Amino acid sequence: MKRLCLQNKNSELFTLTYGALVTQLCKDYENDEEVNKQLDKMGYNIGVRLIEDFLARSSIGRCQDFRETADVIAKVAFKMYLGITPSVTNWSPAGDEFSLILENNPLVDFVELPDNHSTLVYSSLLCGVLRGALEMVQMAVDVRFAQDTLRGDSVTEIRMKFIKRIEENLPAGDE
Amino acid sequence: MDTRFTRGKSNILERPLTRPKTEVSVSAFALLYSEMVQYCQSRVYSVSELQTRLADMGQSVGASLLDVLVLREKNGKRETKVLNMLLFIKVNVWKSLFGKEADKLDGFPAKVTAHWHKGTTLMIKFNDSVIARDKALDGR
Repeated sequence: MKRLCLQNKNSELFTLTYGALVTQLCKDYENDEEVNKQLDKMGYNIGVRLIEDFLARSSIGRCQDFRETADVIAKVAFKMYLGITPSVTNWSPAGDEFSLILENNPLVDFVELPDNHSTLVYSSLLCGVLRGALEMVQMAVDVRFAQDTLRGDSVTEIRMKFIKRIEENLPAGDE
Repeated sequence: MDTRFTRGKSNILERPLTRPKTEVSVSAFALLYSEMVQYCQSRVYSVSELQTRLADMGQSVGASLLDVLVLREKNGKRETKVLNMLLFIKVNVWKSLFGKEADKLDGFPAKVTAHWHKGTTLMIKFNDSVIARDKALDGR
């Protein structure tokens, strides 16, 4: 299969565009919780399309287990799309939950949350993307932000938990 | 909790505005943009409303981008003359958005609309007041 050439762009336009989106959503919806949900939903839609793009460009085969999945997400996918490589840590003893630690996040360059939006999870889009993409490869996962630099934490930590393997014939998720 | 927020605020204002080193892929941007278009589409009833919404979002991007670029490329001096502003857009703005300069600069009319004719042409229609002011500046 011919490897598709991936052009890279400077991240400024991307950061500003995402900012315009979040701003628009804050205007359209009355509270942060609604905005978070909407961002997550949009992220999910992006994720289900992104996975195809990813598989086409990376020619990575099926992962054997959740650990391999975690490595692929952090070292290949994040690098390919956002130009960053988060670290994979904090594995649960059962091996079904881990953290992605992002030291910098292009989505939030030069962003700060105003005081009246302290419950906004600005990068909610990312949770949806990860969830949507993995659902397309038959993995149901729960993704949430455990730490967020925009809310005062020193790093951004995304916690991913494996729920179950999805059978191919069942209808897709409730979105 | 208050000190946490004020500390964050002052830190941001002191960061340098150099070009960010991370590069995101075109696909990431395309996917995000497509989702944004779909979102707007679900909330409007006509094409022109859709265009207005997208243009509004673009406006805030443009305003921020202008500040950053002017600071970086021209030491904070903004163009006020029409032709120079267009050249600025052609060279700097396009380069930062799309990685290369715009192809042609055609005639100057300042309402920006998009036309599809042998590739995408953006027509900028200027307000009469701007033309008049430009003439006055030339005369000086």
